[in-house]
This record gives sequence, C-alpha cells and structure tokens, in this order.
Amino acid sequence: MQTPASFEYERATSVEGAIASLQRLGFGARIIAGGHSLLPMMKLRLANPEHLIDINDLKELSYIREEGDEIAIGALTRHVDLLKSDLLAERFPLFRDAENVIADPVVRNRGTIGGSLCQADAAEDLSAVCSAVKAHVVIRGTGGERVVGMEDFHIGPYTTAVGEGEMLTEIRLSLRPGGGSAHEKVERRAGDWAIAAASAAVWIEDGRIADVGVALSAVGPTTIHLSRAEELLRGKAPSEELFAQAGEIAAADCSPSADGRGPIDYKRHLAGVLTTRALLRAAARALPQEARS
Amino acid sequence: MNVSISINGAKVSREIEPRQLLVHFIRETPDLTGTHWGCDTSNCGACVVQMDGEPVKSCTILAAMCEGHEIRTVESLEVDGRLDPVQMGFHERHALQCGFCTPGMLMTARALLDENPDPTDVEIRTAISGAICRCTGYVNIVSAVRWAAEYEAAARLEA
Amino acid sequence: MAMVENLPSAQTERPIGFGRLKRKEDARFIRGKGTYLDDVRLPGMLYGAILRSPYAHARILSIDTSKALAAPNVAAVVTAKDLEMLGLAWMPTISYDTQAVLAGDKVRFQGQEVAFVIATDEYSANDALQLIDVEYEPLPAIVNARKALDPDAPLIRDDKVGQRDNLASPTWEAGDQAAADRVFAEADTVVTRDIIYPRCHPAPLETCGMIADFNPETGQLDIYNGNQAPHAHRTVYAHVAGLPEHMIRIMCQDIGGGFGNKVPIYPGYVCAIAGSIVAGVPVKWVENRTENLTSTGFARDYIMRSEICAKNGKITGLRVDVIADHGAFDSTAQPTKFPAGFFHIVCGSYDLEASHVKVKAVYTNKAPGGVAYRCSFRITEAVYLVERMVDALALEMKVDPIELRMSSFIAPEQFPYQTTTGWTYDSGNYAETMRVAMDIAGYEGLRREQAEKRARGELMGIGVSFFTEGVGAGPRKHMDILGLAMNDGADLRVHPSGKAVVSISAQTQGQGHETTFAQIVAEELGIPPEDVEVRHGDTDRSPYGLGTYGSRSTPVSGAAVAVVSRKVRDKARLIAATMLETRPEDLAWEKGRWYVKGDPEKGAMIEEIALRAYSGDPMPAELEGGLDAQVIYDPPNLTYPYGAYIAVVDIDPDTAHVTVRRFIAVDDCGVRINPMIVDGQIHGGLAEGIGIALMEVITFDEEGNCLNSSFMDYLIPTALECPEFELGETVTPCPHHPLGAKGVGESPNVGSPPAIVNAIIDALYETHGVDHIDMPCTPARVWAAMQGRAEPPQ
Repeated sequence: MQTPASFEYERATSVEGAIASLQRLGFGARIIAGGHSLLPMMKLRLANPEHLIDINDLKELSYIREEGDEIAIGALTRHVDLLKSDLLAERFPLFRDAENVIADPVVRNRGTIGGSLCQADAAEDLSAVCSAVKAHVVIRGTGGERVVGMEDFHIGPYTTAVGEGEMLTEIRLSLRPGGGSAHEKVERRAGDWAIAAASAAVWIEDGRIADVGVALSAVGPTTIHLSRAEELLRGKAPSEELFAQAGEIAAADCSPSADGRGPIDYKRHLAGVLTTRALLRAAARALPQEARS
Repeated sequence: MNVSISINGAKVSREIEPRQLLVHFIRETPDLTGTHWGCDTSNCGACVVQMDGEPVKSCTILAAMCEGHEIRTVESLEVDGRLDPVQMGFHERHALQCGFCTPGMLMTARALLDENPDPTDVEIRTAISGAICRCTGYVNIVSAVRWAAEYEAAARLEA
Repeated sequence: MAMVENLPSAQTERPIGFGRLKRKEDARFIRGKGTYLDDVRLPGMLYGAILRSPYAHARILSIDTSKALAAPNVAAVVTAKDLEMLGLAWMPTISYDTQAVLAGDKVRFQGQEVAFVIATDEYSANDALQLIDVEYEPLPAIVNARKALDPDAPLIRDDKVGQRDNLASPTWEAGDQAAADRVFAEADTVVTRDIIYPRCHPAPLETCGMIADFNPETGQLDIYNGNQAPHAHRTVYAHVAGLPEHMIRIMCQDIGGGFGNKVPIYPGYVCAIAGSIVAGVPVKWVENRTENLTSTGFARDYIMRSEICAKNGKITGLRVDVIADHGAFDSTAQPTKFPAGFFHIVCGSYDLEASHVKVKAVYTNKAPGGVAYRCSFRITEAVYLVERMVDALALEMKVDPIELRMSSFIAPEQFPYQTTTGWTYDSGNYAETMRVAMDIAGYEGLRREQAEKRARGELMGIGVSFFTEGVGAGPRKHMDILGLAMNDGADLRVHPSGKAVVSISAQTQGQGHETTFAQIVAEELGIPPEDVEVRHGDTDRSPYGLGTYGSRSTPVSGAAVAVVSRKVRDKARLIAATMLETRPEDLAWEKGRWYVKGDPEKGAMIEEIALRAYSGDPMPAELEGGLDAQVIYDPPNLTYPYGAYIAVVDIDPDTAHVTVRRFIAVDDCGVRINPMIVDGQIHGGLAEGIGIALMEVITFDEEGNCLNSSFMDYLIPTALECPEFELGETVTPCPHHPLGAKGVGESPNVGSPPAIVNAIIDALYETHGVDHIDMPCTPARVWAAMQGRAEPPQ
C-alpha cells in the first residue's frame, strides 16, 4: 500500500487547545477528524502536513440540535449521524438525500461535516446542501468566533474562509416556515463523486416561493451558487415550467471541466436536469408543510 | 510514540510511528493477518474492522487514533470454537471464493445485524456497498446475511 | 483448532461425488486464517519498493540513488546497471519478446520499473523512493494504436535489433479470404461496424507480490508467490537466473483472486529474486493498487472493424480486421502457434459459409499485456465482436435478434462441427439453451413491457448474447506455451486407512479446487470428499502442469484426476479379485466397492482394498504394493461450453444512467461437478461483465498519462450495481472428457458484455437511432450516443 510521509501527532483535548496548537505550529499543521479526505491524499503524497492535530476526542463538537429558530450542527458530526437524524430529515430532508449517496456507509461512520466542508472539493455534496439551505458556519480562532455565510465560505478549489489558526466548529441552519428541500445526484457508480449534483431549498408562502436556494456540486472550480436562478424563482408560483427554466439557467451558469466523469456538455445538461428535479421535489415537500402552517 | 490499543478485548501495546495505519498495526500483531488491504484510496473494503461496534476502513485510520477505542477484527467472531452465525451463513450459502474480501464483509455483516436484525436485500446490499468482491457477484453474500439473520431470529425465539 | 476440517453445516446431505457440496477450504477463510502472500513473514526479511516512470516515453539521462542509499533503514538500491551484471536487466516474455526488468536506456510506458529499493520495512522503502533522482528526456508517445504504424511514429522498441517500426507481431490470419469475399458478394444484406473492446483490468482484490528467499549456503531459492502457473514460472526462473530447477521451489498458498492477472512474470518478481540472491536474506515485494492498475497485465484493447452478411434470413459470412494494442512489450500469454489467442473462434455459434480474420499487434507506450481477465485467450473479444455484429445485422434486417440467431445456429446433428476457422466444436444443442433462457426471462412479456414503456417515454432494453467458447488448452499436438506442453498431471495415493491424497497441477485462486477435485475422486472411488486431501500450489509437491487460466482446471486437471482415479480403481479391481478369490472380470463396481457379479453380498470396499495393498498379504502378480497412480493428461481437444444470456436494462431518459435490472444466464458447461460452485463462478463473471460494460476502463491522455490509476477512477461494481442474477442450465456432456465436463470459469465474462451493450442499443435504437455504442457505457457516453454523437473511447 502507499504510505504517508512522517509527521508529528497530537490529540486535542479541547477546542481551545486545538486552536492554540494550530496557532503555534503554523502552516504545516492540519486538523484531522474522520481523515477520509486527508489520509488518502497523504498516502498518495499529495498532502504532506508536518503535524496532525487529532480532534476526534472533542465530542462536544458532535451534535444536531434545535436551538430556538435554528438547527445547530457540530462540525465533528459524522455523516452517519446526519443520515440518521430524524430532526434533519423532517426539517431539511436534502441532508438525508445527500447522505444516502455520499461515499459509502463504512466511510460515513468516520467522515464529518466539518471535514467535508473544509476539504472544499467542488464535488462535495454537503457543500451544495449547505449552500442551498443558506447555512452559516461558525469559525473559531484565538481571537474568538466569527460567523460566515456559505456564499463567502467557499473561496476556490480546496480553499475556504477558515484561516490559519482557525477551526470550523459549527454549522447553523435557520428554521423558517413552509420549507422543502431535496438533493439530486448522478454518479457513475455507487459511492463515486458526483458527475453533477444539485441541491435545492424552497420556502413557500401563500402559494409563492418566498425564498429559494439552489447550488451545484462538481460542475465548477468550487460549489456553484445559482443566484440568477434564485432571482428568477423568488416571488413566483412553483410550476414545472418555472423549474425547467431554472434548469436552463443552471446549465448555462455552471462551469464544468471535462474529465473521466464526463465531458462539458453532458455535465451542463445534467446540472440542468438535476436542478429541475431537485426543485420539483423540494416544492412537493414544501407544499404540505405550507398547508399545515 | 507508544500506543496501547484494545483489539478483540486484549490490550496490544507497541512503539510505533504516528503515521502507522491501523491496518498495519493490526497485521503486525501475531495471529491477526485476517484483516487485509487491497487499494490505496479507501475504496475496496478489504480492510474493514469494527471500531466501537461500527465498521470502519482500517487503512484510513491511524493506529494512534485508536487508543481508548475497541477494535474488533474477523478473528473475534469465533468464540470458544463456536462460529458466529454470519460465518456459518457465508459457508452455508457459498458466499466466498478466494476469501480475500471475506473478513471485511463478515465484520460489515455482523455490525449490520447487530443494528438491524431483519434487513431487506436492499439494506444488505447498501451495507456492503463500501466493499468490493471480484469473485462472487454479491448474490450469495446477500443470501448468506439473510441466512444469518433468520438463524439468529430462530435462536431468539427458542431462547 | 483444526484448520482444514469439514465445517458443521445446516444441510445434512453430503454427496460422495458430484453435487452441491459445501467447500472444505471455507474453514480457514471465514476465520481470517488464510495465508496470502502478504501474510507470510520470514526472519530477517527485507521489503522492496519500485520507483516507476512518470513518463510514457523518455530517455533516461541519469539515475542518482545516493540520497536513497543514505536514507534510514535502506539496505540497497538496485538499478538496471546492477541487474546487467547479473544478466537480469531484461527478461523473456511468454510471447517470445523481451521486457525490461528495470529500465536502462529508456522508459516505454508510464509506470515502468526504474529502480528497486530494499529496506527494513515497507514505510521506509516507500520513503526512499522519493529520494531517488532520475533525469528524463521526454519523447513523443504513441497512445493511439491506430497511429502506431504511421510512418512518422516514434520507434518504441529501439532495443530490438532489426525493429524498424511498432509492429509487435506479424499479421495473423485465419479462415479463407477468397471464400469469404465470394459469400459477401452473394449476400443480400451486409453490415459493417467499427467496434472497440477497450482496455480494462482484472484487478483482483489481492495485488501481485512475491517473497524470494535465497539461501546462500544451500543454493536453494524458495519463492512465495500467488501465481496461476507455478511450474511454468519455475522453469522460466531456472532459465533466466541460471539456477537449477530442482533448487527452486515456488509455493502458492492462498491467492486473493487471479483472473489472469497472476499469469505473467513481472519485473518486481525478478527484482525480489535478484535482491535476495545478492543480499542473502528474504526479500518481499508487494505492489500497491496503483502499480497493479498501471503496470501489470491489462486485458483486451482490441480495435476491430467487421462485416457480417446474410442470405435468405441466415447469417452466412463474417470478416474481421483487428489492431491489437499490446503495450510497450509483448507479454501476452497464449499458445505459441496462436499469437492472437483463440480470437478466430469469432465465427461464433453460427453455421457460416465462410469467414476471414486478420489480427495485427502493435506496440504503444502503455503497460504491456492484453490476455487476461477471464478472456479464454481472446475469446471475450471474439464473442463480443460476433454478438454485436449479429445484433447489428438483426437491426438492419428488421428481425428479432433471437430469431436471427435461431435461424443461423449450428444444429445439434452437425456436431462435432468444423468451423470455417479450423475449430472442431464438440457438442451442443444451442436452440434448446436459448429457449430455456427465453423462458426464464419471460421474453414475450418483456417485449410487451418494453412497448408499453416506450409509449410512455420510458427507455427499457432487452439484449441477448449467445456464445460458444473453447477452453481447456490443450492438445500437445496443437499447442504449447513457451515450448511447454499444456498437459496437466495428477498423482493419487490412497493410504492404508482408505483416505487419499491427490496432487494436481491446477492452481486455485478461489475456484474451490480443494472441494471439487476431492469430489472427482469421491465420484470415481467412493472415498468421501472430506477424506481426500487436494494438494497443489507447491512445485515440490505437485505434478508438472501449466496451471489455471483459460478455464482449463476442469477440462484438463479434472480429466487428469478422473483418469488417475480410474487407474487406481482398476488396480483396486485386481487386488479385490485376489482378496475375493475370483477373477477381475467377475467383479462389478458400485461407488466405493467392487463386488462379485452373481453374489453382491460378497465384495471389498475401497478402504479394505487399500489396507490390503499395503499389507503383507498376497497381491496380484502384476501389481506392486500400495494403491496409487500417476497420470499426465493430454486433452484430445478443447472443450466448448456455451450459453444464452439475456440482459434487461433501464435507462433514465434525462440522465442516461443505465441500470441492469435483470440478468438471465443459461450456461451449458456439460456435466457439473459442483453446481453450487458453478453458479458462484457465473455470478462473479457476470458482475465483472457489468463492470466492463458500464464502468471499467483504463484510459490515457495524449501524453500517455494513465487516467485510471486507482480504485477512485477504475470503478468496479458494488452490490448495488448487480441484480439478483437468474441462472439456468442445460447439460450437454462433452464427448471426449472423462467426466463429460467442459469448464465454465470464463463463460460469464465472455457472454455478458455483449448482452448488456445489445440491451442498451435495443433501448435506444427506435427512439434515438442509436445503432452502436462502445463500452464502457457510462452515463456520459450513453447520453452522447442519444444525441447522435457517440465516440469510441480515446
């Protein structure tokens, strides 16, 4: 097997301790949680950190809970727990849609939402999910905490707003009435990265789309946030025709590259199809809720 | 660094480099070569063991991360000469040919039945979708897990 | 705790002989107590790792190993210069070519071996690779086999004296071109297609590796190695290393899958042997998965152009022209006289009037190989071609693809059947097998369902393939590999207790030989399978033979075991006659016992006969003591298993994602020794066929960089991609095999890819006009076909 280069290792006993170590050790230090993005890269010698700070003991960062009008998710929450969460399945069903097709069940026992978001691979399903539901993330450093919206979180390929000496600790989702969401993905084989994936969240009031979030995975250098599609949809009544138009915008506004998963035209086509499908399912899930409220 | 890991209920202590992967730590322990490896990228599942009862890919975990956790390998399934029902099921239903993926499949199946004693075929296929078998085409593996589930259900009824 | 014992089983029936006997070898595997290559640890053992070329084609200007040599825990760093002194820098291949063990002048494919590090542990060996500095001068690379013979193509094998181009072996022909041209001229329908069988890889779950343990004091070389042909390997090592053959012992213990990947001799093996000879300690080399995918024997890579014709509703002729991409060295494994393997069985299951086949092999800047992955020596390529062409013809003629096949099948009374390319098929009732498949599938109902779905805009396809293949190579008068006859031995010894040991040449990699070969002895002698030990895998303790690949275990080794068992039974008859004080011709046999014809109570059981054979009591004059026999079996012909496969696929009209909903496989492999094991073999091959049809491929960019070098990009089906396979059988015994068995290991891989591709086209032809698509049928490629823009892979 390919094996990683040498590094120093420590186990963090507190969030403050982890941050202090990051601060002290500087550029060559990386946090490791699930490790299923980082360790494969280290084995292939694509990543060679000098220090690893293991945060798996920080159980205080693993939670999914309702706090007032928000749901708070700890950064160390594992994929399997996101999949199983009935709270999330009820309020934000796109999480369960996505988790069912993220990696495989064994990997999901270890990988974390914090790890996925910070890895910032353009094909990360959870990045599109959090973008669509307009999540905010909490970043903690020695100076304290700051909150960043998803639109400012993913800066570029494998690059996020988390700076040196900082750590992602929490993801916050606002609870609003009349919400429905869905995630659609096509892959070459179960467990593979998406050829393209679309996340959609809609909030429907009085039969109209009060707010909407649409984001795409794997069809750009980073997560694609479809603001032009959102503009089109806001204020209108949901319809197949409308969602088809949104799909056309998705196909036009993404910027996929050709690779083993597919050529550019197919990925654009898929982005469009999956955006339409995600919106249709999100709306179908929202309407009964809207009727109830 | 020195690590002490509980494997199959026994403490294994050794001086290692931080970069040693759990799969290698296990395989260097006497009589524990049943856990295999087959790829470099966490795809094949030949290395699956249980960590605190959950199946994990031991090639993607540092041994150092396992202090304070319970690791269980395929060698733990047989107890006092009695085979685990998943082992019996694999034999009954011809769910192995070359045997290389088998330990990972067994540990996955055992964890599945511990959590879900009556899985459907789709649930079984999903549970093992993180592991590759080149020999069996999976049909008999699914059948073996169903056999074990029914065996255990019958045993519970009798008890 | 006994390692190899019969496990308790819920099933009480335990056949003595043929039947669904549970496997004896399971006992160790379900406990994690198998002994695979990487499980073996020897005292003082060192670890090897290979530095590989990042370039597909480049001159080596310099290699600086000094930093690596100075690194902690490094014992040695070997380069071509060092091997030259031992005469080991180049090695012979099975195709009478040569292959570099470590590159000296040039590298000729990305991933080619350049240096060998030996260190105290695996991690240190891998670290040291990073410290070796190689200066390369990149050269233009040939990646497209169609361009390999262009006048301006760079010369890849400038190491070969007299080599002026990239032709790997001269054009090979079979059939009759003039006769074929006449038949085509008279045909009423002719269809032409360009069909590619892309490069894929057997990728067994256990990668390749070796422990070489040379004892400088005794001169003995012990080799631990998972390989499919241990005796043949030993002969080659003796020749290459100049060591006497009786001082080399190869031990194959448990092998985690072969599928043809473990047939060749790889440079890593020679490096490990050289390392051990020089260092005087055991050296272990185990490749990682990237090495496996990018440097070991790939499969297929055939670029084919074909024409098929019909007259009066019957298929009459076939012409095929092939460019075979062999990679940078010609290391394919096949019988010497057949450089294109058995590809010329491409005439298929049909009563053609004429056919003509041409195959030309070229060098490219890619890993060497071509014959692997359950191919039966290129029969996978041949059947894929003919079954796709038959479907293309059916489309053109607007007839049902099964109907066209039924009207053109070789009829039962025509067997033994001489094909237009020189094969003599042994036995077959093709229409019967096809009908069984149609019944299981519910073919009429599927066509109705398809029509209904089509009306609703849903895409469903039904695809058929019918194959005849030839396995069990082979008769010594027709074939050899490297001059070695493809015969297998069997040694059977019955102990005084009546238990037995049978030693065989075949080499299991999961096929269940420890069970099935015991069943053959049980069937012939009546000794329970649990009392028959099957010995193989150790060249010191097994008879010479050519190993397991090409589905030859049952046809050749199985026949050998049947024949040797009958020899023992005949000896037992003579001994029983003496014991019962009667003449041998007065005795009759029932399983396990010779008895007096007129007086059935009076008899001798095999255990009693065995005891007698070793005792001091009188023996027949013509026999020596003991109860054993030896055989080398020379098969009179190949055997010809066949089958009818039907695939049902659903295609998402918007995403073009293909799902294999059902797969029906009806195989006729003659008599089945253990139907449970036969079914298992078929399941596994069908899953591989799904992989090849939908997702498995090795591709390169223009510079020869391999794009599928890990399991992230070489995709293998999981349990979620495979349906619940539906199997059926017909049994048409092989007339020349002692048991009537034919062998089956590769059939599912042979028959399934064309069924799936035919199904995909069947789903898309009427609505989208798709009349061809090349594998792998990924969503992107299927979508492109639906847009009318299908392109062959690279």
